[in-house]
Amino acid sequence: MLQLTINNKSYQVDASPDMPLLWAIRDIVGLTGTKFGCGIAQCGACTVHIDGSPVRSCSFPVAAAVGKKITTIEGLNEKVGAAIQKAWIELQVPQCGYCQSGQIMSATALLRNKPNPTDADIDAAMQGNLCRCGTYQRVRSAIHRAAEMIK
Amino acid sequence: MSNLTNNINRRNFIRLTGITGAGLVIGLSAKAGGIETVENLTDAIDSYELSPFVVIEKGGKITIFNPKPEMGQGTFQSIPSLIAEELELSLNQVTIQQTGGEKKFGPGQSAGGSASVRTNYMNLRKVGASAREMLIKAASQQWNVPEADCYAEQGTIIHRPTGKKIGYGDLAEAASKLEVPKSPKLKDPKDFKLLGKSTPRPDVPLKVNGTAQFGIDASVPGMVYASIERCPVLGSKLISFDDAETKKVKGVIAVETCERIHGVYRSEGVAVIAENYWAALQGRKKLKVKWDNQGNENFNSKTYEQGLRDAAKEEGAVEHKQGDFDKAFAEAPVKLEALYETPIVSHSPIEPMNCLANWHDGDKLEIWTSTQVPGNIVNEFSKVYNVAPENLKVNTLFNGGGFGRRLYPDYVHEAVQLTKKIGKPVKTIWTREDDTQQGPFRPMTYSAMKGALDANGKAIAFQHKVIAPTLDMKKDYDKTKSNGTMTEGISEQQYEIENMKNLYVHHYLHLPLAAWRAVTSTTLAFSHECFIDEMAVAAKKDPMAFRLGMLAKESDTKNVLNKLKEVSNWDKPLPAGWGRGVAQYEFFAGLGGYVIEVSKKAAGIKIEKVFAVIDLGTVVNPDTTRGQVEGAAVMALTAAIKSGITFDKGQAVQTNFHTNQLVRINEMPKVEVHILTNGGTRIKGVGEPGLPPFAPALCNAIFAATGKRIRRLPFDINKIV
Repeated sequence: MLQLTINNKSYQVDASPDMPLLWAIRDIVGLTGTKFGCGIAQCGACTVHIDGSPVRSCSFPVAAAVGKKITTIEGLNEKVGAAIQKAWIELQVPQCGYCQSGQIMSATALLRNKPNPTDADIDAAMQGNLCRCGTYQRVRSAIHRAAEMIK
Repeated sequence: MSNLTNNINRRNFIRLTGITGAGLVIGLSAKAGGIETVENLTDAIDSYELSPFVVIEKGGKITIFNPKPEMGQGTFQSIPSLIAEELELSLNQVTIQQTGGEKKFGPGQSAGGSASVRTNYMNLRKVGASAREMLIKAASQQWNVPEADCYAEQGTIIHRPTGKKIGYGDLAEAASKLEVPKSPKLKDPKDFKLLGKSTPRPDVPLKVNGTAQFGIDASVPGMVYASIERCPVLGSKLISFDDAETKKVKGVIAVETCERIHGVYRSEGVAVIAENYWAALQGRKKLKVKWDNQGNENFNSKTYEQGLRDAAKEEGAVEHKQGDFDKAFAEAPVKLEALYETPIVSHSPIEPMNCLANWHDGDKLEIWTSTQVPGNIVNEFSKVYNVAPENLKVNTLFNGGGFGRRLYPDYVHEAVQLTKKIGKPVKTIWTREDDTQQGPFRPMTYSAMKGALDANGKAIAFQHKVIAPTLDMKKDYDKTKSNGTMTEGISEQQYEIENMKNLYVHHYLHLPLAAWRAVTSTTLAFSHECFIDEMAVAAKKDPMAFRLGMLAKESDTKNVLNKLKEVSNWDKPLPAGWGRGVAQYEFFAGLGGYVIEVSKKAAGIKIEKVFAVIDLGTVVNPDTTRGQVEGAAVMALTAAIKSGITFDKGQAVQTNFHTNQLVRINEMPKVEVHILTNGGTRIKGVGEPGLPPFAPALCNAIFAATGKRIRRLPFDINKIV
């Protein structure tokens, strides 16, 4: 049994230590907002925060997350995350929506570190998150919009 | 509840006859009781062969059933809005429920071909308008006032002189006993509150907090997970497998075979079933499988592509002919010929294929999945698996991307066979490698182009010959016949050229193939519109003026080009080292066009500006439309400059997103979208038309900037010049 702290809640997880955190979160804990896209940290759909930093949970062994603070899309409720979500709705960013949990987790981490990101900052922080629907233009605008809201 | 069902008779429903197409009914349920009741109620009208899309319960709850799966294209908002507009409701007053292929909802429970809005614009509005008129009549009778003094607003009927109000729920029973208006009066578009406005999509809030349910999120008690090993060399047959090591993996429950059914492409795979998906993956790695490759291990892209080039020398079957192309071409003073080449590409929705299926109680089947075609699943699976349609329930969840991939339920077949074999609910999930390497793929098309000009530079002859396999993957193709899908749009272009001959040459490909967003227009627009550009250059004419010069008659195409010319400031000189290109393409789904500006860099090309025009005739949601075109441009750029799928030794070379790359945020310029809504000849689609003209506009811009003509996709945008 491994003990995980997800969204400030404690879970006992019966998983092999090498199981990626993604599958522990989805299949065992039952939080399905975090998505599977590629399994090799190339698409970013599985992005969660570990101690506040964005991590691709598909390539992060569950055992390494023990004792750390894990935040998923379901637990994103502080000021920056809420602003991002609000901007995402205002600019109607999602299309199919599947990659958006990951986009939002990456965008939230960016804004926490850089409250006024430039386009280049956004490119650097967000290029690990693929969107097949092609919502990039709105992702960019919504990050700028959220930055304005927080001010 | 069952006695309640028996008491319900036809008077509880408003019958809508005379509605074109779908044959729709609005069930106004006089009894409350939620979805269960709704289903029971609707069963009672099966004999009418009609189907309810709106249910108003006495308690006031209003449910609109949406037969068009949501995959990002916005049908979760646009389709219910067609009814809600005429019924004077806002979307936050209704519960939207996706249909699951139930007979009562009729045909058309599918999303594809950019067809959802353009084929339902009138009939779903009539559904809403009829209901509104009956509710008004019911209120006027109850109050004993003239109907003309009553109007509908926000779910209530209001008596104008007194201001008294009554809710739809309180009128449902009385309204249901009234005659159905034969031709309800539709609202004047100037009074629209939803249609034509950028109304927020009700699915968006669910998609920013993790609560939106996609197929992959479905779960039922006792569910197990499966990962399936399929033949790495496509088209192989399973000989045998050894699962001794697999069964030692903790959590593995069973190993079973299942057949992937994709039209004539069939392949048997070996499924590892486990308590969790990770265990299934670990078990799968330990399988030892023997395949009979059927000679397909020798297949490679280079040889097949040479085959396409050789086949281009065949005359081909006639798709469309006008004037005398051969004579005009032979006698013309200026002649051009070129061969255009495009690649195989993957759909790669970020949600991998998945399906949860539960065979239960001996003869019942329930499916939870992301699909574009719930109606087809019920029709097809009830026959293949001998399940009564009423015992086959499909839960249509949000699609994590469709793009045509989810028109094909091959992944659903696998899950159904597995649950049937092991007697437990099984959830299958394809890995990204499965998705990338197993297809189905968009096939390539090659195009042999010929064109001729007279001495004044006027286009007098044009030929587009398509060389390609067919989407139905049939080997015994009758080569005397053209194929409408593989020659899509090439004979629908509006350019007035006197002598034309469009042809099709079939060249067999054994791989699993599929329609891809905007289907064959995605490749044919590239060859067609780049070659038109070549003719403009040969005629020493401006490419925009050359096109407009071939469009004397009024047409939607002409309007699109004129709008592009205006919004892009086409005639304004560009900085040195820049170039601009134009392209348009009309096909079954609709019509769009681009002007793209590029600049030369030390290594390669930078896309500076992208102007898009889409002609809809009538728009339901401008913001959704802009989003669809912005996204189509990204998908088109990926198809133009990333690897696509190539084959060596019978296997796909690319495996995952590191080798099958998609355009990322840093590579995508801003797209400025303009929507034409001034009527036009037909209502056109939104999801696809933004795709085909992107690559030719880009390549025409690159020619303008560099003098380099690109005739083969993909190309490396960082290595041009």
